[in-house]
Amino acid sequence: MTAIDVRERDPYHLGHRGHGHAPGHGDGGPAPIRIVVGYGFWIFLLSDIVMFSAFFAAYAVLAGKTAGGPSGAELFDLRNVAIETAALLLSSFTCGLASLAVTARRSSWFYVAMALTFVLGASFILLELREFAHMIARDAGPTRSAFLSAFFTLVGCHGLHVTAGLLWLLTMMAQIFAKGFRDDILRRFMCFSLFWHALDIIWVALFTVVYLLGASR
Amino acid sequence: MSNADDRHAQRRDTDGLERYDIDTAPGDEYLGDAEVGSGLRGYVIGLGLATLLTIASFWLLGTNLIWAPGIPVALIVLAIAQMGVHLVFFLHITTGPDNTNNALALAFGVLIVVLVIGGSIWIMANLDHNLMPTNAIMNMNR
Repeated sequence: MTAIDVRERDPYHLGHRGHGHAPGHGDGGPAPIRIVVGYGFWIFLLSDIVMFSAFFAAYAVLAGKTAGGPSGAELFDLRNVAIETAALLLSSFTCGLASLAVTARRSSWFYVAMALTFVLGASFILLELREFAHMIARDAGPTRSAFLSAFFTLVGCHGLHVTAGLLWLLTMMAQIFAKGFRDDILRRFMCFSLFWHALDIIWVALFTVVYLLGASR
Repeated sequence: MSNADDRHAQRRDTDGLERYDIDTAPGDEYLGDAEVGSGLRGYVIGLGLATLLTIASFWLLGTNLIWAPGIPVALIVLAIAQMGVHLVFFLHITTGPDNTNNALALAFGVLIVVLVIGGSIWIMANLDHNLMPTNAIMNMNR
C-alpha cells in the first residue's frame, strides 16, 4: 500500500483505519515524533498568541487614556517603525532560507542564513530600545499614563520574545555545529523557525494596531 | 539523495514502521518530489506579498485616496491579509488534507483571540458610555 492509496481512499483521513501495524497504540500506531513535537509547539505558539491578545485588548481599551500626557501620534516615529518592520520581515525570510538549508543539509548556507537572521533581529531590538530610550527621556515612560503603560507592556513583551528568540538562534547554530543534523536537533530547529515566524505575525498586528492606527488617530 | 527521500526517512517512527505520511508538522511543507528550489519559490512569493501589503499599509496613512474614517478598517484588513500570507508561505499552515489538525488548532486560537479582543473592546466601550455621560467628567478622567 502506498501513500497515494491512503490519500485517495480517505483524503482527509477522518479515520486512520485499515492499515494499522501497532496494536495498543491506536489504529496505525503513534505519529512520528517530529509531528508530535511540531504540533505541540504549534499549540504553545497559539497559547502565546492568546496571551498577546489580552495585551492587545488592554492596549485597545487604554489607547486614548493619555492623562494629559503625549499621545501616540505625537510620540511615534513611523520611519523608525518602517525600518523595524523591514528588518523583522527580512529576518523571517532568511530564517526560511535557513530551514531550506537544513532540509538540503547544507551547513554553510545554514550558518550564513542564520547569521543574517541574527543581525536583522538584533538591529530590530536595537531600534526598539532606542525608541524606548527616546520616549523615556522625554518623560513618556511607562508610568506616565495608562496608554503608555499598555504600550510598553505590549511592545516590550514582543521585544522580550525577540530577545529570547535571538538567544535560541545562537543556541541552534552552536548545536548544529557541535552535533550536526541529528534528528533531535532538526526537531529543535523546526520549533525555533516556527517561533521566529510567529513573532513576525505578532509584529504585523502590532505595527498596525499600535503605530499605524495610533498615528492616524 | 533527493529532498523527498530525506523526508520519507524522517517519516518513519521509532519502530521503523511506515506511517504513509498521514500528517504534516506545522512548518513542514510537503514538497513531494520537488527539490529545494520550489521551497525557495514559496518563501520568495511570501516575502514579495508581505512587502507589498506592508508598503500599502504605510502608504495608506499618508494618502487622501481613501475616505479618512475608512483608513482604520483598511489597515486592519491589510494586516489580516499579511498574517494570512505569513501563515501560508512561512509557517506552511494550509488547508491541505495532511494539515487538518494544525488548521483546526489555529481556528480555535483565532476564536479565543476574537473573543478576548472583541469582548474587551465591546464591554469597556459600554462601561465608558454608561459611566461618563457628560463631557466634563470625561475630560476630568483623561
